[in-house]
Amino acid sequence: MYKILNKQRLYENIVKLDVEAPLIAQNAKAGQFVVVRLDEKGERIPLTIADHDPNKNSITLVLQEVGASTKLLGKLEIGHWILDILGPLGHPTEIEKFGTVVCIGGGVGIAVIHPIVKAMSEKGNKIITIIGSRCEDALIFKEDNKAHSDEFYITTDDGSCGRKGFVSDELKALIDKGIKIDHVIAIGPVPMMKAVSNVTKAHNIKTIVSLNPLMLDATGMCGVCRVTVGGVSKFACVDGPEFDGHQVDFDELSNRLTQYKDKEKIAFDKCERCGTHPPTPSLDKRGGAAHKLHQIGDRRKRG
Amino acid sequence: MPRQPMPQQDPKVRAQNFNEVALGYTEEQAIAEAKRCIQCKKPTCIAGCPVEIDIPAFIDLIANGKFDKANEKLKETNSLPAICGRVCPQEDQCEKVCVFSKKNEPIAIGRLERFAADWEMRSEPPLNLPLTKGEMSRSDRGSEKVAVVGSGPAGLTCAGDLAKMGYAVTMFESLHQTGGVLSYGIPEFRLPKSIVQFEVDGIRKLGVDIQVDALIGRTLTIDELLKKGYKAIFIGSGAGLPQFLKIPGENLGGVYSANEFLTRVNLMKAYLFPEYLTPVKIGKKVVVVGGGNVAMDAARCALRLGANEVTIVYRRSEAEMPARIEEIERAKEEGVKFKILTNPTRILGKDGWVSQMEVLKMELGEPDESGRRRPVPVKGSEYLIDVDTVVVAIGNNPNPLLPREIKGLNVEKWGGVVVDPATGQTSIPHIFAGGDIVSGAATVIEAMGAGKRAARAIDRYIRNPSK
Repeated sequence: MYKILNKQRLYENIVKLDVEAPLIAQNAKAGQFVVVRLDEKGERIPLTIADHDPNKNSITLVLQEVGASTKLLGKLEIGHWILDILGPLGHPTEIEKFGTVVCIGGGVGIAVIHPIVKAMSEKGNKIITIIGSRCEDALIFKEDNKAHSDEFYITTDDGSCGRKGFVSDELKALIDKGIKIDHVIAIGPVPMMKAVSNVTKAHNIKTIVSLNPLMLDATGMCGVCRVTVGGVSKFACVDGPEFDGHQVDFDELSNRLTQYKDKEKIAFDKCERCGTHPPTPSLDKRGGAAHKLHQIGDRRKRG
Repeated sequence: MPRQPMPQQDPKVRAQNFNEVALGYTEEQAIAEAKRCIQCKKPTCIAGCPVEIDIPAFIDLIANGKFDKANEKLKETNSLPAICGRVCPQEDQCEKVCVFSKKNEPIAIGRLERFAADWEMRSEPPLNLPLTKGEMSRSDRGSEKVAVVGSGPAGLTCAGDLAKMGYAVTMFESLHQTGGVLSYGIPEFRLPKSIVQFEVDGIRKLGVDIQVDALIGRTLTIDELLKKGYKAIFIGSGAGLPQFLKIPGENLGGVYSANEFLTRVNLMKAYLFPEYLTPVKIGKKVVVVGGGNVAMDAARCALRLGANEVTIVYRRSEAEMPARIEEIERAKEEGVKFKILTNPTRILGKDGWVSQMEVLKMELGEPDESGRRRPVPVKGSEYLIDVDTVVVAIGNNPNPLLPREIKGLNVEKWGGVVVDPATGQTSIPHIFAGGDIVSGAATVIEAMGAGKRAARAIDRYIRNPSK
C-alpha cells in the first residue's frame, strides 16, 4: 500500500500526486514508469514517473483524468492509499552528452520530460525545451522545465501563451533558422510525437519518443504493449518505453490505444455516477483466502 | 472394479459460468477409489511423480478414512497438493506408470490427491494444517537468507522446501497477486483462485515472507539482494513474452496473446467488468490458435464470456495436440469447435479491428524433431473465415527481464536460463533457476520439481559454497 503524501490539481483535469514508495524512489531513473492499481477492482495502468525523491521516499505521478481509472486516482486525497504500485519499469532514458538536445513535452508529457531535461542538462548538453498544451492554464511544470533549459519555448493550441500552434511547429522553425540539433526527445500524445518525428526525419535528427501503450503486467509477460518499430514487434514494457521515433508505427499505436474506447466509456460513466469512490482497499486482501474458501465450501454443500 | 468417475458440472450449465467444472469426489467415492489400489510392494507410481509423493501411503490413508493424515502425507513432499490434484497431467506421470494402467484403468491418483487436499479446506472451520516439516527439517540454519523470485509453482515449491529446512526465505512477486501462472493463467473454472491463495497461505505459514509489487531487476536488483544478505537466489520468473504467428494483421484490435487474454479474465476479473475496471472484448466469433492447455483455457473462457462460436485452429491433427485429453474433451462437451490441420496465414481488419482470418489447409508429413508428424501446407487451399476476436496461444518465451539484467548469466539463444538440470544452478554459483524461465512453457508439476531440486541444491550450496 502506497500513501498519498501530497496532492495538487494542476489544471481542470490534471492532477499531481506525491506517493510514498521507498524502493521505487531509490531506484528510479529519468524516463522510467510505474504500473498503478488503485484498489482491488482497479485496472493496472502505466504512468511515467515525473519525479522521485529518495530522501523523502516519494515518487511524483502526474495524471490526466481521461478514463475511469485516472478519474478515480484523481479523487484521492492526502493520506489516502494506492493499493499497488510496481516499478520502476522500462529502460531509463539514455542520458549522454549529445551536444544540443531538444526536449519536447506535450500535455502531461511536459511533467515527465522535466527529469530528462534536468538529467540532460547535468550531463553538459545545451538544452532547448519546447512545451506545448491546449492553452496557457494547462501549461504544467513550466518553471521546473525552464530552470534547466538554455532556451525555452512555449506553444499553445489557442495562442494564449507562446506560439499559436504545435510543438512540432516550433521545432520546425528552429530547424529552419539553421540551429544545429544533435538529439531530440519528445514525450506527449501520439499525434504530437508522430508530428515531431516527421519533422526531424527529413533532417535526419535522431529522435527518441516515449510510448505509453496499454499494459497489464508490464514485466514482459502479456504482450499487450506490442508496438511495431522498424517493421518488427517490440514490447514497450521491457524493450522500451523509449524508441526511435523514425521507426515507430504511430498509426498502429493509435489504433491499439483506442481498442477499448466503448468499454472505457461504460466504465467512466459508471464511475461518474458513483460519485466519490471510496479508496479503501481491504487490508486483508492477501490474507483473506480462508474466508473465501469457507464460502466455496458452503456453495458446494448446497449444490 | 471400474475407476470412480469425477462428478462434473453439466456442460451446458458450466459453459455459462466460471465455477469449477470438476466437483471432486465424495468421501464414499474417494474411499472406493482408494480401495482399488493394491498397495504394490514395489510401487512404480512414485517414480512417475516429479515431487516424489509417497502415493501408496496417502492412498492407503484415504482407504482407511484417515483423510487428514492423507493430507499430511501429501504435504511431506508436495506443498501444493490441491493445485497438483487439479492441474497435473497425471495420465503422463504417476497414473501412466501405475501397474493398473497396463490392463485396467489406473488408480485415479490425481483425483484422490485433490480429495485429500480439499478435505483440509472443506472442514468447518478449515483445519488449515501446518505443512509438516518432515525429514528435511533442520533447525540449525535459521539465520541464512534466501531470495525466491516469482511466486508461481517453481518459486512456491522452492520457498516452501527451503522454509521447511529452516531458511529465512523472502519470495518476491512482481504482480499484485501471488501464484504466478496459477493466478493469471489457469482459469477459475479449472483452478479456483481461492484454492491457490489457500495453498499460498500454507507457504506463508511456513514462515516465508511474501513481497508483492516487487520486480527483481527493477524494484530491487540482484546486487541489492546480495547486499541485503541473501546467500542464494532462486529465479522462477516464469514464462514471458508470448510468441506470435508473425503474420500480417497480428497487431489489429481484437487480436490477443493467450497471456493477455487470460490475464484480463483471470487475474483482473474482466468477466466482472465494469465492476472490475479491466475490460475484455469478445465478439460473436472467436478463433483460438493453438492446441495446448492454454488454448483450451482461452477457448473455454471465450465461451463463458458469451461468444456464440469458439473455434480452435490447430495446424496438426488432434493426436498431436499437446493439451490434456481431458481438457480437449471438456472443451468439446462445452461446444468449442475444432478446425484441425489448419494454419492462419493472415488476419484481415476493418476499421482497425479484426474481421477475417485467412487460413490454409495442412496435411501431415514426416515426423519432425519433436517426433510429431510435421504439418505441410496444401498448396492453394487458402480460405477466409469471419472472426471478431483472435487469441494466439502458441507458446511463450521465458521472461526476458532477469536474463537480460544479470551480467554473466548464461542464457540460451531462445532466452532460457542455462542450468545444471540436477541442481538448477546457473553459471553464477549463488543463482539458481527453475520452471518456465529455464524450460520455456512446461507444466506446473515440472516447475515444482525444478523448485524442489533447486531447494536441495541451495541448501548444499549454502552449507558448502566452494563445492
